[in-house]
Amino acid sequence: MRIVCPFCGERELGEFTYLGDAKPVRPAAGASEDEVFDYVYLRDNVAGETSEYWYHGGGCRTWLKIARNTLTHEISSVEPAAGAGAAKVGA
Amino acid sequence: MKYSIFSLARAALSGHKNWQRTWRDATPKDRYDVVIIGGGGHGLATAWFLASEYGIRNVAVLEKGWIGSGNAGRNTTIIRSNYGLPGNTGFYELSMKLWERMEQDLNYNTMVSQRGVINLYHSDAQRDAYARRGNTMRINGIDAELLDLAAVKKMIPFLNFDNARFPVQGGLLQRRGGTARHDAVVWGYAHAASALGVDIIQNCEVTGFTRDANGKVTGVETSRGKISAGKVGMAVAGSSSRVAAMAGLRLPIESHVLQAFVSEAIKPLIPGVMTFGAGHFYVSQSDKGGLVFGGDIDGYNSYAQRGNMPVMEDVCEGGMALMPMIGRVRLLRQWGGIMDMSMDGSPIIDKTPVDGLYLNAGWCYGGFKATPGSGFVFAHLLARDQSHEEAVRFRLDRFRTGAMIDEKGQGAQPNLH
Repeated sequence: MRIVCPFCGERELGEFTYLGDAKPVRPAAGASEDEVFDYVYLRDNVAGETSEYWYHGGGCRTWLKIARNTLTHEISSVEPAAGAGAAKVGA
Repeated sequence: MKYSIFSLARAALSGHKNWQRTWRDATPKDRYDVVIIGGGGHGLATAWFLASEYGIRNVAVLEKGWIGSGNAGRNTTIIRSNYGLPGNTGFYELSMKLWERMEQDLNYNTMVSQRGVINLYHSDAQRDAYARRGNTMRINGIDAELLDLAAVKKMIPFLNFDNARFPVQGGLLQRRGGTARHDAVVWGYAHAASALGVDIIQNCEVTGFTRDANGKVTGVETSRGKISAGKVGMAVAGSSSRVAAMAGLRLPIESHVLQAFVSEAIKPLIPGVMTFGAGHFYVSQSDKGGLVFGGDIDGYNSYAQRGNMPVMEDVCEGGMALMPMIGRVRLLRQWGGIMDMSMDGSPIIDKTPVDGLYLNAGWCYGGFKATPGSGFVFAHLLARDQSHEEAVRFRLDRFRTGAMIDEKGQGAQPNLH
């Protein structure tokens, strides 16, 4: 698997770190226990096309949103997703 | 067919041409008391324990490909019971005790070899953690020995003990751990279960569940037609989310790829199973002579049954750090399997919110050693409708209640377990 970073060009997988599914959105502070449980623990775990966050730590140190097929590892799009990691973990 | 020294001698004298098929390749009936989805080690073990321990013989095991074609045939064959947390410690020891009597129980040579498992430690902190885990094991009646450097040097003298960054200081040894022949475990359970009347049905992919008006699961739809069932058990680790989704469930599981490797055959070198404590590398030597080894999962969600180069490099670097002479050995094969990575690194064996549907999932990359124990407690759950005492903590709702069993303390980040 090689990833074409929009800033650095085609780079090998070892430069990137995986965060996970980009679909779940961190619930607001007043959200119910069910919503928080769902966000933290439950996953769609899609077999097929999925969109996910990766971090280019070995290059431009940018968060990327990547559309990838989990059955084939084929990547169909890579776009910048500035702040994605911080938003995901609530930093 | 009953195997013995006499059956072996008879077959040898006739040139090994008259061996009978060891289990029946069944065609599906309309109805079973219990249908188990997944013809891997866990599913077949469950069927056998249902038939032998709980007297439920009207059982089918459905396998979408051929039995043992998933993770049961892709693992590194290690068995051990060196876990530290309540829930895991007792369960894996139950499994180890079943390994120790498996060949007699099944009348099948599964090549269980208690050649020892040693986890090496490389720092004072790691020694203390291993001492604590060893003590936990011993309090629970499990064998464990904390070895110092001199004892490790005597046992495996060929390691790079003076590695500048990660000098070996000692190890935690479980002598009763070791390896077993993974394919033989599958065939052994199929052999014994089939003899008790269990139908093993291959090329039979489950495509949906049939439900009654109250939502109770009443059977499965498959590529070979509808099959009705009193109860349905899932043992499809790697694909649990996909099968559960057919019943409208979302699970605390991600599917990840784990790679394994085998080298060309060399003369006997490694006496048991060794793990490198400063990275993630484990290795044993098969009876054919190949070094069988592996390390971390790749770290991204995957159903592809193949991995990528960075982890291969990382695993091989771990091997080189531990025993540099491994660099002279050529890699023979490499493959990948799909792991059910749960949110705390421990399995789930429980009823589901859907009546009639039972779950055996979340084995992360430690499912092989659990095969007999998993089958035993899952059969108990299916037969009695309550968890076996050694599996009461493997609840599906523990992620909601906070009663996690997080052996590594990584939190809800499945790619780090």
